[in-house]
Amino acid sequence: MRAAVILFPGSNREGDVARALHQASGVRPPILRHDEVDLPARTDLVVLPGGFAYGDYLRCGAIAARAPIMDAVRAHARRGGLVLGVCNGFQVLCEAGLLPGILMRNADLRFICRMQHLRVENNRTRYSNAYALGQVVKVAIAHGEGNYVADSATIERLEDAGRVAFRYCDAAGKVGGLANPNGSTHDIAGIYSEGFNVLGLMPHPENLIDPLIGGVDGRGLFASLMAA
Amino acid sequence: MKARVIVTLKGGVLDPQGKAIEGALKSLGVDGVASVRQGKVFDIEIEAADREAAQHRLSAACEKLLTNTIVENYSVEIA
Repeated sequence: MRAAVILFPGSNREGDVARALHQASGVRPPILRHDEVDLPARTDLVVLPGGFAYGDYLRCGAIAARAPIMDAVRAHARRGGLVLGVCNGFQVLCEAGLLPGILMRNADLRFICRMQHLRVENNRTRYSNAYALGQVVKVAIAHGEGNYVADSATIERLEDAGRVAFRYCDAAGKVGGLANPNGSTHDIAGIYSEGFNVLGLMPHPENLIDPLIGGVDGRGLFASLMAA
Repeated sequence: MKARVIVTLKGGVLDPQGKAIEGALKSLGVDGVASVRQGKVFDIEIEAADREAAQHRLSAACEKLLTNTIVENYSVEIA
């Protein structure tokens, strides 16, 4: 598994995601600038990290989605290559047209930075096969615009195809009500592309890989990828 | 020539910022505020042979970057 991490001006979680990939694979991934035009040869996985690319100007992820490197990322995705977008990376993937919908301002307008439970909605993908179906994991969230919105036909299509990756839930796995931190439609925390090769999610699994800092529930995602 | 692009949220899209502004206006005692929806304005100086060509370029700008057409509408005014 050869991974590459993309660095936009204003990204700030590239080190976290690189650490998680290194822990899972033993290899430090290259970190690529936004103004490159090619991915390293034989790249399997491209990761768009969290942060505030281009200061979240215009709309979150909007300008990063049009950065030079994104043509290569889109071509990689079209070939069936793996693309993971975390938090701001998820917003970039939506703006780039690689995932449907958009992340809007949190319903209560607050920036939320805390631990959050998620339920694994599909464990038969290259991102999730190390988890059990319905497993409840505890990871970090840190976002102001994580409120997933798409038209009802799109939501139905995502649900019917098993493309909802993770849903916000409480510690017991129950969804809805206060377990939804940001007002996301259908409690959606992450979604897959039609081919299940692109995953975008608001939570930060890369920050839950060490017992010293709160848990290791995020390791499953990287372990799944390394087994893929 | 000078142009103004106005981007607004589509009807039915939740606008928590507009709601917060609405609440603030009411708490300031501004009478008669029924609702507030927040949008964006872009003042753009654009070179084009005529208004039609400018309109065409600005529509492209809106479709490519200035709006996310999932949740936003746009209109273009050329001075």
